[in-house]
Amino acid sequence: MSIALAQRPRPVADPHHFDVARIRADFPILAETIHGKPLVYLDNAATTHKPRAVIDAISEVYQRHYSNVHRGVHTLSQRSTDLFEGAREKVRGFINAAKAREIVFVRGTTEAINLVAQTYGRANIGAGDEILITAMEHHSNIVPWQMLCAQTGATLQVVPIDRRGELDMEAFERLLNDRTRLVSVVHMSNALGTVNPIETIIDRAHRRGIPVMVDGAQSAPHMPIDVHALDCDFFAFSGHKLYGPSGIGVLYGKEALLKAMPPYQGGGDMIRQVTFDKTEYNELPYKFEAGTPAIADAIALGTAIDYLQEIGMTAVAEHEHRLLSYATERAMHIPGLTVIGTAHDKGAILSFTLERVHPHDVGTLLDQLGIAIRAGHHCAMPVMDFFGVPATVRASFALYNTAQEVDALMDGIQQVIEVFA
Amino acid sequence: MLDQIRDLYQEVVFDHNRNPRNFRVIDDATRKIDGFNPLCGDRITLYLKLRDGVIEDVSFQGQGCAISTASASIMTEVVRGLTEQQAHELFATFHRITTGQDDDVKLEDLGKLAVLAGVRAYPARVKCATLAWHSLEAALADEATTVSTE
Ligand SMILES: Cc1ncc(COP(=O)(O)O)c(C=O)c1O
Repeated sequence: MSIALAQRPRPVADPHHFDVARIRADFPILAETIHGKPLVYLDNAATTHKPRAVIDAISEVYQRHYSNVHRGVHTLSQRSTDLFEGAREKVRGFINAAKAREIVFVRGTTEAINLVAQTYGRANIGAGDEILITAMEHHSNIVPWQMLCAQTGATLQVVPIDRRGELDMEAFERLLNDRTRLVSVVHMSNALGTVNPIETIIDRAHRRGIPVMVDGAQSAPHMPIDVHALDCDFFAFSGHKLYGPSGIGVLYGKEALLKAMPPYQGGGDMIRQVTFDKTEYNELPYKFEAGTPAIADAIALGTAIDYLQEIGMTAVAEHEHRLLSYATERAMHIPGLTVIGTAHDKGAILSFTLERVHPHDVGTLLDQLGIAIRAGHHCAMPVMDFFGVPATVRASFALYNTAQEVDALMDGIQQVIEVFA
Repeated sequence: MLDQIRDLYQEVVFDHNRNPRNFRVIDDATRKIDGFNPLCGDRITLYLKLRDGVIEDVSFQGQGCAISTASASIMTEVVRGLTEQQAHELFATFHRITTGQDDDVKLEDLGKLAVLAGVRAYPARVKCATLAWHSLEAALADEATTVSTE
């Protein structure tokens, strides 16, 4: 690559010391006060904040390198193209894909799943076929398949969960059958925190020759991902939950599958040759990237990945696990608090209800204390139905959160309970 | 610490949340409607008994946050005995005070409803306060489907 963005100081990777103070200093928004209180941002499953490096990258691209990609002979177009393709290469490395052409830039996880449903799905799934998902999916891994079912006459099958929020793996094996054409499963649930045994799921599906799509929206920002080791067929995630910009996300697909799939949208960039008789599609991944992409955002996603890799995803996961253990421990001691989602293998999400206080009231009151949590159904209404609650309060942690912030949350909850007593 | 929030969470709101008025089923209701706020999962079922264009009885059931429960509870108190037209006008007034378009409305004329005026400072919560009222509007119009705040 002939061009790189200006280098900036990065956090020092020290496996023995996770320097959260240093990391916090990289995130300008953490200095904000809300209602006169320091911001305690615990809504990271919805979206994460951006380190200065990412914010600067966007501004640097527009100030110095910006033009359209893949279509100019002039210098700026070449620079933008190099930076854009460089970001693709960073994504490839981040999830350990074999080839950069297996990385398709999309708007986010939602678009990635819709893309697979409408290309792979339309080409390979027909009447009487089954698509297998789980009872803990985000709406974005339900609705695109329902739409495909309505178009093709296929049916949607759903693996149930238990009271801990774990998949019923026996039911999963029973539901896999000769009519199953695709398994699409969330890696880590945004509503419950459950981390699913996707290695086993992929293995069982592959034994029957069934491809597996993994919704990695919540896993990619919080644990190391290796699509090669997982052997998943498709993997999707969103830049905005990974400390990168909104409007950019990634679909990974195995080359052979992507090659055989029809294109998604038609337009510029996705073609090789157009006449009014016939259009020849471009090679991978451009076949799936019609139109001008989110250029600066893709480049800044690459910067977010650099930032994370400097710290190390294993260190990130360990830090967040410590926070989750501490938060869970403290939550257990609050009378009337029920944790929703108690899977053995969990990411740093604490979903809960309070006796006599509705999650929305909790959300408004905690906001007065500067604490941002999410109250609602988390785009997983079937999960709420299963647990018989209209909504939950969800605190979700990121690499910049601290034990003091957990304390602030728990003290805040105590105050809410007192106000409602 | 949480004192600032008292403009929204007044004692009256807590009172109606803890002991909602007219929280029951009307067996011989002439209108019944389900209201739903998909954003937060609040659900109410509103029962109306209309006779000669007058709201003779009104009640609700369901589950929701303190704001939506208190608002539904207070609403059942203030609309009983009103004509359909009066209830409709009150809905319009309530809508204006909760969205801050109320230069011409005097809070002291609102009686019990005034306690919910504070919600206008919390745009994310306005729908909680108006769910019951939207359900009432729909019930008066006899729309026999689920109303949604979205
Ligand atoms: C598990 C999961 N899947 C999919 C999505 C959708 O992501 P996006 O809105 O970025 O497309 C989310 C985001 O809320 C999520 O948490």
